Amino acid sequence: MTGTVAAAASTIAAPHFEWGLLSPVLLVFCAALAGVLVEAFAPRDLRRPLQIVLALGSLAGAFVLSIVLAATNSVFAGGKPGAIVAVGTVGVDRPTLFIQATIAILAFVSVLLIAESSHEVHAFTPQAAAVPGSPEEREGMLAGVVHTEVYPLTLFAVGGMLLFPAANDLLTMFIALEVLSLPLYLLCGLARRRRLLSQEAAMKYFLLGAFSSAIFLFGVAMLYGYAGSVQLSAIATAAQTGTASATLLYAGIGLLGVGLLFKIGAVPFQAWKPDVYQGSPTPITALMASCTLVSAFGALLRVFYVAFGQLTWDWRPAMWVVAILTMLTGSVIAITQTDVKRLLAYSSIAQAGYVLVGVIAANTRGLSGSLFYLAAYGFTIIGAFAIVTLVRDRGGEAAHLSSWAGLGKRSPLVAGVFAFFLIAFAGIPLTSGFTGKFAVFQAAIQGGATPLVIIGVISSAILAFPYVRVIVLMFFSEPAEEGPVVVRPSGYTSLAVGIGAVVTLVLGIIPQPLLSLANHAATQLFVR
Amino acid sequence: MSSFPWLTVAGVIPLVGAIVIALTPGRSAPGGEADQRARDLLVKRLALAFSVLTLVEVAVMAAQFKPGGPRFQFQQVYEWIPQFGVHYAVGVDGIALVLILMSVVLMPVVVLASWNDVEEVTASGGRVGGTTTPRRAPRSRSVKSYFAMMLVLETMMIGVFAATDVFLFYVFFEAMLVPMYFMIGSYGVGQRQYAAVKFLLYSLLGGLLMLVAVIALYVYSTHGGHSQGTFLFTQLTHLALSPASQKWLFLGFFVAFAIKAPLWPFHTWLPDAATSAQPGAAVLLVGVLDKVGTFGMIRYCLDLFPTAAHFFTPLVIVLAVIGVLYAAIVAIGQADMKRLIAYTSVSHMGLITLGIFAMTSQGQTGATLYMVNHGFATGALFIIAGFLVSRRGSHLINDYGGVQKVAPVLAGLFLVAGLAGLALPGLNTFVSEFLVLVGTFTRYQAAAVLATVGIILAAIYILWMYQRTMTGPVRAEVAAMPDLKARELWAVAPLIALIVVLGVYPKPVLDIINPAVHATLSGTHSTDPVPAHPATASTASALHHGRHPADRTALVSHVPIQSAAHKQGSSS
Repeated sequence: MTGTVAAAASTIAAPHFEWGLLSPVLLVFCAALAGVLVEAFAPRDLRRPLQIVLALGSLAGAFVLSIVLAATNSVFAGGKPGAIVAVGTVGVDRPTLFIQATIAILAFVSVLLIAESSHEVHAFTPQAAAVPGSPEEREGMLAGVVHTEVYPLTLFAVGGMLLFPAANDLLTMFIALEVLSLPLYLLCGLARRRRLLSQEAAMKYFLLGAFSSAIFLFGVAMLYGYAGSVQLSAIATAAQTGTASATLLYAGIGLLGVGLLFKIGAVPFQAWKPDVYQGSPTPITALMASCTLVSAFGALLRVFYVAFGQLTWDWRPAMWVVAILTMLTGSVIAITQTDVKRLLAYSSIAQAGYVLVGVIAANTRGLSGSLFYLAAYGFTIIGAFAIVTLVRDRGGEAAHLSSWAGLGKRSPLVAGVFAFFLIAFAGIPLTSGFTGKFAVFQAAIQGGATPLVIIGVISSAILAFPYVRVIVLMFFSEPAEEGPVVVRPSGYTSLAVGIGAVVTLVLGIIPQPLLSLANHAATQLFVR
Repeated sequence: MSSFPWLTVAGVIPLVGAIVIALTPGRSAPGGEADQRARDLLVKRLALAFSVLTLVEVAVMAAQFKPGGPRFQFQQVYEWIPQFGVHYAVGVDGIALVLILMSVVLMPVVVLASWNDVEEVTASGGRVGGTTTPRRAPRSRSVKSYFAMMLVLETMMIGVFAATDVFLFYVFFEAMLVPMYFMIGSYGVGQRQYAAVKFLLYSLLGGLLMLVAVIALYVYSTHGGHSQGTFLFTQLTHLALSPASQKWLFLGFFVAFAIKAPLWPFHTWLPDAATSAQPGAAVLLVGVLDKVGTFGMIRYCLDLFPTAAHFFTPLVIVLAVIGVLYAAIVAIGQADMKRLIAYTSVSHMGLITLGIFAMTSQGQTGATLYMVNHGFATGALFIIAGFLVSRRGSHLINDYGGVQKVAPVLAGLFLVAGLAGLALPGLNTFVSEFLVLVGTFTRYQAAAVLATVGIILAAIYILWMYQRTMTGPVRAEVAAMPDLKARELWAVAPLIALIVVLGVYPKPVLDIINPAVHATLSGTHSTDPVPAHPATASTASALHHGRHPADRTALVSHVPIQSAAHKQGSSS
């Protein structure tokens, strides 16, 4: 009896983990755990500096590690595409590392925004559990309580985001999805001003997110039923040999696609985006608009290129419809928005549509174009939201567009930089927005999706209108009597805005280095 | 010296000027009203200095241009974004050279003419059409950024004409919109916001459709044997495209240029934009930016898609003729002076388009010359109208009367510029308009006849405007109107001089244009139907006929026209 147990035990080898290849993800998770410990044991005064150091340090570390890995690791030696590690659950390849590096650096810039505390009204509520307007809330406010839990929560979310596009099996992907989503649900509800709106946003995001997770999981089950495995490569093999019922496969693709497209905010799964973007604390909105989008696209690219790469002809028509709807709906509805965060949310929906155009191209150029677009867009959108945090009226951010009137006369620099970001969103040359659009559209035409590109440019022209309207408001209108003021940003926000503006300009004029990096990352596609 | 990067330097000088101006202390700098005035004056002098410097540089370059030399001269080609197959490639043929020359000549003129525009409007509270908007705080606009944007625009204008890489052209074509948008929207008058947005959205839509065609062109170039696709114009002309794809690509480019030019029915943004812009900005808008559209047609639509160009020629001719007549008739009915001039410009751009698509050497030479002449003539008209408006504070024709008695110099120059607008013989536009009509007549008689009616209409709108504003009894409001000041005279004198000189002796410009036009025509496999104008066409058509003997027999039916055109030609 004891002998058989011993024998069985000896046959179960300890799983082999490639710690080195997983280091970017692990570093962020460890820092998140350390952050929880800091919350528990560090004295209140020390928490904020410690948390900031932990968060910024780990994100910078993850960024550097992923670059070092891509440049030097032996799994890429001799033109190999990468490796499947951690007992087949995680794929480490060049596109993934590119995406992880992008997420890490974008999260770094977002954390700069989160760390901003010099404003009179802080972005985060002191007591999330307190009922809005209650004595407890006022008490917390007066006591000057600061929510430093924000940092570990952010790090957990970012850790999930790093793992999400790397997951090589669907269960790992699901867990990563939950790890990235749950902290975000919480973070959405932490806005200090307009508490009810923020809580509503958190609730909506949570409910819809839970539904989409369930749908994702259902899709995983279907695909397991079809292929007998949750590994992406096994599903691809099963789809190629094609013995089992195709119904299961198609149902699985559809359900899985819904789950992923929800996170991207593609139409018709976009309903949460404007509300959540509007209600969340703006630094968190910036984090979601950049990092979550990059991560979700990374996962989408991996699933559709690796697991369903042979079935391009089957999923492409549906993706066409989604991309067209996304581009047109986002741009048309953006016209009617009067809240700057909602406007950016709808524009972000349309921008997601442009990246989908690159995904549909389903070739290396499409992949590299999408990668470039995501990186370029992430910096611009963080910069834009950083500016939103600066424009304030009594009590907080001046979200309503009418109060932005005449900003260009009051604070030409801030308004000018914001206009520059809007011009980049509109895709005018000499900005990164143009280069990114050009990259995905070029890939799409090469992939034979010219009608999609025509719809894309029409949508861009429509989308230009709301941007132009904001510029008109800022520069050509007279300042309102009781208009907003632009608060003098501390170093954190200035740095975020500066990084955003510089990257947007540089990628517009000399995009070649990042383009060749993205191209290099994409040439071998994902590891199978 | 041949390797000196003339074009790049020409583009960089204004850009440096813009940066220098941007670095001068702005409105927030300490100091009183006098200090601010001194700073503004410095900005204006810098803008003038840099624009004159650019003019000198380009003039030196133009002197070295060899009309008989290779098609593109002063070429520079560097890789810019290898990933996309994009080069920084510049070079000029005769057409681009004269347009760059026109742009850099106009620029110092515009700077001088705009000397006080930015302040005056704020001081007078932005009066438009006799109505006064509420008085604003004075000096609410930055003189500095106005002139800086003007210089940035100059860089882009030079770039757009000099680019020989389609991607680079597109970049300048689109990026140009931004400074002009701010110049109209921030510094304009009246419905400036509406006009600026309309201008931007129209142009952007056209530009984006062109973007699809630009990318598609690249993708086709990868099919054509090149391992890596290219945007280089010189390589793209060798591309073998199927007729169907040519047609689509042609449309993509053409719509963008038709909006830019603007060609009827895409013209509605121009009257709004030109009316709302300051006179200086309006000159750049109508004088230079519009020419980008017609330049694009002749350079890109014809050279890259010859088959499609022939296919669409009848359509374009019809649109152009409608534009000539429609805009001229609408111009007659305008009550607003700037709007009237804008409509005359739409009419003239129709004539230019007609000349381009007539596919004859006279037509295209005339059209190119017309682009230059129109820039000077309409520029002068806009600037003098701007002087008039700044004195009276109204755009409306009915608010004036008898100005020639109080301001004879102003009125006289206005008349000269106006007569150039209606193509009086002896003034520059006559030569070009005549060439366009002759070139059109040899192939499309009906179109030429109808377009000639446009000249009669031109006489009506110009002379009627002159009559209503300048002649008659002196109105009380204009009685104290001062005549032109020295600065204003200096601004407009070069244009008037050019109008007269080019009207009497256009040969230098024609010599530069002709080889380029012949290159374009041979690229589109077009031959002149008849050697109508001995000065410009005989050698070219002889060449072509020598190469395509079949054409001669095909054109037998044109013989009567030939003699008619001959008569016209000799009678001139």
